[in-house]
Amino acid sequence: MHALIQAIILGILTGGVYALMASGQTLIFGIMKVVNLAQGALVVLGAYLTYTLFTTLGIDPFVSILITTPLLFLVGIGLQWALLRPLHGEDVAQLSLLVTFAIALAIEGALSFAYGATLTNVQPTYANYSWTVFGYQISLVRFVAFLLSIVMLGVLYFILQRTKFGRSVRATVQNPMSAQLLGVNANRVSALGFGLGAATAAAAGSVFGMLNSFNPGSHYDLISRLLTIVVLGGLGSIGGSVVAALIMGVASSLVSALASPIWSDFTFFIVLLLVLLLRPRGLFGAKTRGAL
Amino acid sequence: MKRAISRFGLLRVVIFFGLLILVPILGGPVWLLNMLIFTVMYAALSSSWNLLGGLAGYPSLGHVAFFGIGAYAFAIMFQGSVGDGFSPFLALPVVGVAVALLSVPIGWVSMRTRADVFAIVTITFLFITQTLAFNLNSLTGGAQGKSVAPPPFDVSTYDWPFYYAMLALLAVAMGISFYFSRSKIGLSLATVRADEDKAHGVGVRVTAVKLIAFAVSSGMVAMVGCVWAYYVGFIYPQFAVDPLITIGMVLMAFLGGRGTLWGPVLGSFILVPAQEFFAQTFGASELYLLAYAAVFLVIMLFLPRGILPSISDRLRRRRLAAEGDARDAAQLSEVQDASKSPVTSEVAR
Repeated sequence: MHALIQAIILGILTGGVYALMASGQTLIFGIMKVVNLAQGALVVLGAYLTYTLFTTLGIDPFVSILITTPLLFLVGIGLQWALLRPLHGEDVAQLSLLVTFAIALAIEGALSFAYGATLTNVQPTYANYSWTVFGYQISLVRFVAFLLSIVMLGVLYFILQRTKFGRSVRATVQNPMSAQLLGVNANRVSALGFGLGAATAAAAGSVFGMLNSFNPGSHYDLISRLLTIVVLGGLGSIGGSVVAALIMGVASSLVSALASPIWSDFTFFIVLLLVLLLRPRGLFGAKTRGAL
Repeated sequence: MKRAISRFGLLRVVIFFGLLILVPILGGPVWLLNMLIFTVMYAALSSSWNLLGGLAGYPSLGHVAFFGIGAYAFAIMFQGSVGDGFSPFLALPVVGVAVALLSVPIGWVSMRTRADVFAIVTITFLFITQTLAFNLNSLTGGAQGKSVAPPPFDVSTYDWPFYYAMLALLAVAMGISFYFSRSKIGLSLATVRADEDKAHGVGVRVTAVKLIAFAVSSGMVAMVGCVWAYYVGFIYPQFAVDPLITIGMVLMAFLGGRGTLWGPVLGSFILVPAQEFFAQTFGASELYLLAYAAVFLVIMLFLPRGILPSISDRLRRRRLAAEGDARDAAQLSEVQDASKSPVTSEVAR
């Protein structure tokens, strides 16, 4: 019983970080109808930036978020502007998907060139500090990371619900054509949306770097988990992706505690399979023609 | 859609395969045959991918999973002994059919989704297979890998059987592709690619043809995986189920032209030597991955429809333009003949 509850706590804390990564990805899908296969690579890029800032300038990983997030926001806008906007024609969705895969490969290549393939992680002095509450271990880093994810998700929610940009994003998600007719600049919304998605990846990346060992190839693990989460939550639904991230965090943590850590990744795939069999549009997904 | 086998088309096939068959016999540097094995291998993989991704418009990103399954099937079957070395090739069709059957339920589940989500599901299937290859230690040897017994071939012609096996698989893949494009299956797949809901509405048996394309394509890829495993002799999870192989298949079909017979072949004969060149120049370093991604991006941005469709498009436009000019000229001369007045011809213009 103790192990069970401990696993659930760990799962919820981890799930919060996944929620942050996945919300960015599902946001990009909602706006541009593009499944961003580079989201995992952007997270790893964020982790490496944090690593460099920490090891060379001694900037605390949590503080470095203030630097990495705006930086990757700009990178995201640049990627959208240079590589995704020029695509046109009938196969846009397919081409965009492959282009994001190419971006992921390019980031992986650039990172391997700069840092090599060995596993690293970001180890601030408090990395192994943890509290004991009612006999359950709560790691400081995981807890702060969880809080941070909630704050970032709150910021994202605020941007989407309370700003003009957010309103145009929501309009684009609901109906791109009408949004454009009403004067929403689709290119601008797409670019900013991709930037926001990349920014969430940066924030999550800083945390990811403290919680896990990573190398440039880590984005494959990440992206397969993220894809499961966004499909489970329903593509394009941010709320859905948060719920799905928590579910998956707990599920994989339970499997790794009760069975074996090597099968924890497998939980994701089994869940994905079940979702596709029983409810292909996910928990909160809208039924859109052509996507599913 | 051209229904007849044109004489030119037949000639092209005979010359292409004739030349490739002659290469080892005429001799040449060792690296050439080695590179050709991988070129033909990718041509076969890409042609098989094209049956599903090109003809049906379902871009699978997980086909390397079947490649890996085939490779492991061979490694498990022939870890002890391969007899005279040729008998494993006889097992190829068995593995092909078995994997094709295995792929039917996978295809059925994953093809409940379309385009983007289908790509996600197949990419996840890739990771499932990789995880299994790592974790099912007793069967796959885990991270340690698995070896195939070396065949007792003569050193001077050691590569030949593998080369011809790959070539045969390419011929089969192209044959199927050709058959599809001339049969009702191909027509049904084209309707699925254009608009699946409408196709379903007018009575095309969409699920059946999609599953046929998925199973045939997977079985072919698995057989290529078998020959690959036999050739390299030693397989690890990260090499047998490498996402880059999937990307290779997709990229080559995109470069040459999706949904065409020769597109994937052309793409492979450009990209594999180029890949080899990158690897030689940059070593096995990470710049190689970067160069690969750059080529990928350039193709997607500047040649999204592929070389062959772009060329045939241009030719058609030129022919139409020429026809139009001829018609204009004819009309003009008619008008001029009818009334010799320069004013009317000016108007007709």
